Amino acid sequence: MSDLSNPPHIDMLRSPLGRARGLGSARAGSKHWWSQRLTSIALVPLTLWFIWSILRLTNASQADVVDWMSSPVRMALMLALIFATFQHLQLGLQVVIEDYVPQEGIKLAAVLAVKALCILLALICAICTLILGLSS
Amino acid sequence: MKDVRDAQMVARNSDGKLVRRPLSPHVQVYRWPLSMALSITHRVTGVGLGIGTLLLTLWLLTAATSEGGFERFQYFLGSAVGLFLLFCWTLALVFHLLTGIRHLWMDTGNGFEAKQYQNSAVAVLVGTAALTVLIWVIGLINWYW
Repeated sequence: MSDLSNPPHIDMLRSPLGRARGLGSARAGSKHWWSQRLTSIALVPLTLWFIWSILRLTNASQADVVDWMSSPVRMALMLALIFATFQHLQLGLQVVIEDYVPQEGIKLAAVLAVKALCILLALICAICTLILGLSS
Repeated sequence: MKDVRDAQMVARNSDGKLVRRPLSPHVQVYRWPLSMALSITHRVTGVGLGIGTLLLTLWLLTAATSEGGFERFQYFLGSAVGLFLLFCWTLALVFHLLTGIRHLWMDTGNGFEAKQYQNSAVAVLVGTAALTVLIWVIGLINWYW
């Protein structure tokens, strides 16, 4: 593995400590992790409820869906599911992008694009839920 | 300027000679224990489910905007391609849910004994197969009746 044409040499004089000093801690580091856990705990019952509900709507017409969604409890659960899902999704995709995209610029652009897309999809889902639930 | 991570790959050994630090081996040199495969699949299914949210969005969107659109979307979901997508989606969702519960349990500091680690991994696989089959049996019965 030794490369004779390019022997090991030092091209940075700052120590790792000197580099980190003054930058401060990120402080927000645990927030991402915690939010990911909270949404995942919330999604366990919400997902089971959603699967159960969808199984009862396999042959549903549009009117059946409107009828089903007109219950305030179902609407609330649906909105909670939408919020938790897309929050969990954008946090998860952010980690995946940060792990596999080394170029800073592309990384930042990809993370922002994913977040924007998740927010938009969540809003579309939430508005549709409200339209369905309030239309009857 | 050189990337700091590259710059720090050079250090002195105990003789004071400059050497390149050894790199730790990566995935390609490891055996693939079950837990590692599950962890990677957890991530892959997570990304897959992210794409799958488009299915949920389209379902809600067509239901909220047009009766004809909803009928067409329901018809698509009942086609071979639709059923295949729904099956993959169910499988990924159940798998991600169960490995997620396993990860939450490990977040509390439990389940790291070699035996528990292995058994919980097997339990996740068995549970995924059983739950997916159960969901589809109920779903198909509801669909035909």
